[in-house]
This record gives sequence, structure tokens and C-alpha cells, in this order.
Amino acid sequence: MATTQDYVLTAHLMRRAGFGASWPEIERLSGQNYEQIVEELLHPEDRPPVDEFLLYRYHPTTELPGGNVAQGQANYLFHMINTPRPLEEKLALFWHQVFATGNNKVDNCNHLIDQIQMFRDHGMGNYRDMLLRIARDPAMIFWLDNQENHKYAPNENWGRELLELFSMGVGTYSETDVFEASRAFTGWTVSAKMPRFPYGRFPWSFEFRPEDHDEGDKTFLGHTGNLNGDDIIDIVVEQPACHRFIARHLYNFFVADEPQVPAWQIEEPRDPAAVDAIARVFVESNLEIKPVLRFILNSDFFKSEAVRFQRVKSPAEVVVGTVNMIDEFKGPVPYLEIDLSRQAGYMGQDILDPPSVEGWHTGKEWINSGSLVARINFVAGMVSNPEHKGVRDIIDRVVAEPAAASPEGLVDSTLKYMGMVEVGDDTRRELVEYARGASPIAVNEGGNGSGNGSGDAAVMEMMSLIAATREYQFC
Amino acid sequence: MTTAQKDPVVVVVQLSGGNDYLNTVVPYADPNYYDGRRNLNIPEDQVLHLDDELGFHPAMEPMARMYKDGNVAVIHGIGYQNSVRSHFRSMDIWHTCEPVKVGTEGWLGRATRELDPIGENPVTAVNFGHGLPRALVVPGVSVASVADLAGYGLLTDISERQQREKVLQRFSNIYAPSMGAGQVMDYLGQTGRDALKGADILKAAPEKYTSTVEYASTGIARSLRDIAMTHTADLGTRIFYTQHGSYDTHAGQAAAHHKLWSELSVAISDFWDDLREHDADENVIMYLFSEFGRRVRDNGSGTDHGAAGVSFVIGPRVAGGMYSTYPDTRAEALDQGDLVPNVDFRSSYSTILEDWLKLDAVPIVNGSFEKLSFVGNGSGA
Repeated sequence: MATTQDYVLTAHLMRRAGFGASWPEIERLSGQNYEQIVEELLHPEDRPPVDEFLLYRYHPTTELPGGNVAQGQANYLFHMINTPRPLEEKLALFWHQVFATGNNKVDNCNHLIDQIQMFRDHGMGNYRDMLLRIARDPAMIFWLDNQENHKYAPNENWGRELLELFSMGVGTYSETDVFEASRAFTGWTVSAKMPRFPYGRFPWSFEFRPEDHDEGDKTFLGHTGNLNGDDIIDIVVEQPACHRFIARHLYNFFVADEPQVPAWQIEEPRDPAAVDAIARVFVESNLEIKPVLRFILNSDFFKSEAVRFQRVKSPAEVVVGTVNMIDEFKGPVPYLEIDLSRQAGYMGQDILDPPSVEGWHTGKEWINSGSLVARINFVAGMVSNPEHKGVRDIIDRVVAEPAAASPEGLVDSTLKYMGMVEVGDDTRRELVEYARGASPIAVNEGGNGSGNGSGDAAVMEMMSLIAATREYQFC
Repeated sequence: MTTAQKDPVVVVVQLSGGNDYLNTVVPYADPNYYDGRRNLNIPEDQVLHLDDELGFHPAMEPMARMYKDGNVAVIHGIGYQNSVRSHFRSMDIWHTCEPVKVGTEGWLGRATRELDPIGENPVTAVNFGHGLPRALVVPGVSVASVADLAGYGLLTDISERQQREKVLQRFSNIYAPSMGAGQVMDYLGQTGRDALKGADILKAAPEKYTSTVEYASTGIARSLRDIAMTHTADLGTRIFYTQHGSYDTHAGQAAAHHKLWSELSVAISDFWDDLREHDADENVIMYLFSEFGRRVRDNGSGTDHGAAGVSFVIGPRVAGGMYSTYPDTRAEALDQGDLVPNVDFRSSYSTILEDWLKLDAVPIVNGSFEKLSFVGNGSGA
């Protein structure tokens, strides 16, 4: 028999290691041991992947969207909504936020989609391998101009961001290191791009051109020799700054909000001991990500009440979490490409199209008066439709609770069935006050008052108001 | 509440990504320019000559016209000492006026606090675009951020009017200030309250607006049109902000840079025509900046991150012309191949803050910087 604490922890785990869960899902999982749920999340290969044939059959334009970012976003969103492998998909989003690559320059969602698939396939694998893959990723090469990084004309864009944003953080290397790293990646390019007309786009692929590679000696972070890009990555992943940087990224994404990345050299982590512990496990596991995730998700600092609802949800989490809660839009749906897939963008997160290589500013920077309005309006719109299966289910469960006849009971039951949402005392008092004046719920005397519709408006208004609270912006 | 129409107004346009100064204001008489820019130079006969040394990029024809009318100030060689080549860090420095430590307060956020100390008007500053740039962020200072002016509002799905009002009343209570809620919750509280109030105020702007100016269908043209709508609706907005980009032209610069400046110049010119039509231009200046310029030597098809750049100040009350001097382009005068800044960006901010907005610049820009004289008195030249 699951306790309230089990529900609380399961809901927390699924919000962080996935995109949230509907109440029936929370109830089902809470019957298991917590460590067991974590292990299942860590073994995506035990479950089938998203059925892409279904996607391409009903949304054929999302298969090769070219430069059309809305189609690319629909492809990505379909995966987030339909995945039977929540952690794999959540981790892909993590890497997308770290290795932020945008269609605004790449103008080729085909390869951005490939890059995200690479994150799915290898996201839990080895971090060194991940850097080797991303350094050869055609979308990344084009995004950071490495096809323009030549033996006699080095282009520093990739070399700099590799160090500043993908591995070590600003202030942990010199300008000379940037230049030398860039030289080591000369000749790493994409295969000759055929003209798009008249036959359309040709796929890009990684190509190493020895004749355009600088074979001279380079000195990078104290190592001198005829270094190639792989050597640079090998040196980078040995640096304590790198271990701490990735540990802090993981903490920021899975545990609690940290300041923005450029401030990390100056501002201490919220929980330095936790970041150090993550970095230690990262090193001990030879840079394998899966053991690090296992450590984080089972740790006391992750399960602590002090970090619950301490991350502002990213817009992707708002959209997919809502879809999971209301249990709709699974599988092919009309208007996927022109409506649902745009919503995260309206809230400030155009997936596959981050504003810059720095990715999105997270935490409270997700929130401004414009994005807050977009978030609230989206969720309130979704929970105001009793034909959505999950909304119907929540209404029925709330109405069936004898306690829901009282204003306090209505508030508490609605919070519970929306996924163990926690609000502060002041907020709860306001919700209760609202419940007092709302349409009364027919008192459910026989324990079977569902389906008569009398409680629909009251519960849906309560859900809208909860979705509009400050607390609901967190996960 | 808004007798403020003749209060001075600033429109800031951020050119994100690092605009290439050398190909924006081209030193066409300087052989060093053509030496450095073997592949990416603007030939002298295509430059829009401003004087016998400098000229605008050929895509800036409307800007050149405004310059000749005396309404454009060009601030040469702008930047800061020990220029940082990282976009994000450099943009942060321009936003926060903190070149050494990481600042958390934006200069325009601080200016907003001075213009509206008790936070009376949540649309004193309005950003047009997604997300709020750090220049406008100060804890406790509300700035409206509008992606689409026409569809702006809160809980619009509750269609029944009375019910919506009840919900919005409760919403306003839920977002009321509370003790000890923590910094992030306080921030969200203020944001929510201001969103509610701001939405009510901004609703008026598109309803009132008519114009004969037809803007282009580019993002920057839409943003400047929304700014014109809001400004002419007389809602008390003093600071407008929007962005255009990306100017990060590491590759394929010739076409990309041309397109950017063509879009921007046309949108700016339409914007001023629109304000003039509404007799609402005299109390506005526009400020254009980018986080850095680009390297003197091109890399083949593009340019890498550089240091000194150019800012522009535009408007009928601007004393048009050249300010500061073009940085020395000789190889020995460069810093790591980049132009060395010779005027601090905070000089331009201080001028705007003190001579235009009539605020004390020192606490806003974190120090005392020599002002420039681009704020004029009369109209035009």
C-alpha cells in the first residue's frame, strides 16, 4: 500500500526524470519500490522506442522538414509526448540545452533531428564519446562554422564554444588555448554541400580533410604536440573544471535551479557538496552518464523536500507535462505542426531553435510577464476541457472524494490529482476562499457522484486557478 | 495618468551577434581596410559616402538619408577596455555595465526604476520579443514583454466575463506580496501582478492605432510597428526594447550582412515616418548597439569576433554627425587583430540617461563617464 510520501516522491521523480505523469500513472508506479522505478528509467532499451512510422504516416512533412522549424518541432514534440522511455527523452532535452544548436542558422531540421536522435541513443553513455560525436555532428559543425576552420585561416567559433559552453566554462582556459584548440579542429568539416536546386537537399556528412588540417605543433592546456581534435577532447575530459562543469549542469537540470552558466565561475553552487559528489561519481564511472544519473536520482539531496518545486519548469516541460496530465494528444493528432508544437516557443523556448549557442537562460529567467501569460493561458485552456481524458478523470476522482464537498477538500483533492502539486499556505488560503464562492459540488453522499457533471465547472475552475499560481510554474 | 506624452522616450534596438563595424561604416579611403578585408570588402564605388573617408554599407540607403538630414549620430570605436570576445559575456557587460564581475541588474531596468520609483506603471518599459533581455532586468522592477501585441491578455480561455473577473481577482490576491517567500517567488509575484495590469493597459494600443505607413513583413518591422502602436497610444511607456539578428557572421557574411542591414534600415525609416505622421517623433530617440565589432582580417567568407564596434543614435532631436574617431587600423595598433575601443559604451549610456532622460547616470552605469554631445536641442539639422 503506497503512502502519501510514496506518491510525493514518485510524482517528483517523474517530473524531473520525465515530463510528469498523470494520476493513474503516479498511482501505478507508487506501488513499486523507488529504486526499482529509477532502474526502469535507466533502462530505456527494455521498452520500445517511439513508433516513427506512425509519425511519418500521419505527419509526413515532419520526416524531412528541411528549414521549416515548425515541422521539426512537431517531430521532436511527438517524441517527447509519446515516448515510453521518459528519462531517455528528458536527457535528450538536457543535451539539447547544453549543446544548443539552432535552426535559425543551420536552416536544416533534418540534421537537427538527427542530432537529437544521437542524444537519445547515446545520452546515457560516455561523455567523452558524446563530445567526439558532437564534434563530428554536421549540424553542429555548420552551426559553429567549423567548415570554415581552415589550416591557413582558423575559425575559432567551435574551438571557443567547446571550452566555454560544452565542457569547462569561461575562465578555466586562456585565449591561446582557444586558438590552439581551433587549429586542432581544422579540416573537420561537412561533405561538400550539393546545391539545393533543382533536386532538393542532399544529406550532409562529416568529413575529415587531411590537406586542410594543421599538422603543426600546438600547445593546449599544458600539452604540446601535433594535436588533433580527438586529442583536444581527451585533454578536456581530464580537467577537474570539466567534471565540475558537467556535474553542475546535471544538478541544474535534475535537482534545483542554479544561476545562469556565465556566472558559474563567480557564484558558488547552491549545494556545493552535491555538485562535488556528482563530479566524483562522474570521474569514478570513467565519464559514463548512466551511473551518475543513478547516483543523482537515488541521492538524499534529490529526494529532499528542500529541492522539490525548486526548478522553474522549462516551456517544454510545461507543454509535455500538461499533455501527460490531461492524457490527450497521444499518437497522431490534427494540428500537431501548427498549434501544439508552437506553444513552447510562445513561452520562450523554441525547441531546435535556441536563441544562441548558449542555449536558453533557465530558472527564473524563463519567466517574464509575457511568458508567464503564455504559460498560464496554455495550461488553463487545456484543463478547461472536460472532454480531455485526464481532465475527466481528475474531475471524477475529486467529485468522488467525500471531502471535496468542503472548500478545503476541493482544493486539496484537486492539488493531489493534478500530480501532488504543493502550494504555500497563503496560496492555499486564496484557493479555499475561491472554492467557497465557486459553483457548489453536489455532495456525494453515496461515494459515487461522478459523471453527473455538477462538479465539472468547479473542479475545472480550480484547476485553472491552480495552473495560474506561482507554485505551479515550478517542478 | 498619462500626461506623459512629451516625456522623453528611448527606443533601444540590440543588434545581436556582433555587428561588423568595418562593413557597416566603411573606411573606404583606408588601404588597411582593403588589406584586412581581402574577400569581404565593400568597394569604394558601392559605399554610401558620408564624407571623404567614411561611408555606410550599400544596404543602408534609408539610414544614409537620415544621416544627411542630420538625424543620425554615429559613435565610432565604441566598446570597453579588455574587450571580451564571448557573445554572452560581452552582451552581459553591455546590459549590466559590469565589465569585471557578473552583474545582475540591467541598466535600463535601473533607469525604469528611476523613472517610475513606486512601480506605478507596469508598461514604463516594454520589450518586444520573446524572453526579457538582461538590460531590462532588475529584481522588483516590472517590464512588460510582449511577443504579439494583438493577442496579449491573461486567462483568456475563461470566456464568461463575470467568472473571469472573479478568477482574475483571486489571481491578483495569489500574486500579492508575501513575507519570506524568497527571491524567486517574489519575482514571480511581481511579474504576475504586473502582467495582469500591463495586459489591461496594453489592450488599448492596437485598438487606437491607424497609420498610412505599411511596414515590411520582417520581424524587426513588426516589432518597430508594435513600438509605434504603443508609443502613439500614449500609455506612458518611456523605454522600448527590441532585438534584431543574428549578426554573428562567421561565414557567408556578404549576403547575410546585406540582408540584415537592408531589413533594419527600411524598418527604422518606416518607424520614423510613422511617428512623424502621428506627430509623436519629437520626444523619441533611438539607440542601436551590438555587443562587439568583428575582426579586421576576414576569414574567407566571414569574420570572427572582434572588439570595438559602432553605435547609432537616431531621431529629430539628435545632433547628427560623427562622434569619437575611427580606431587606428594599422596592424601594430590592433589588439589580437581587433580594433581597440576608444570610447566607453557607458559614455553613450550616460548621455542618454542624463541629457535625454534627465536621470543621474552614475549609479545606473556604475561610474562617471565623459558624456558625448549627441543630444541636440532643436529639431533636425
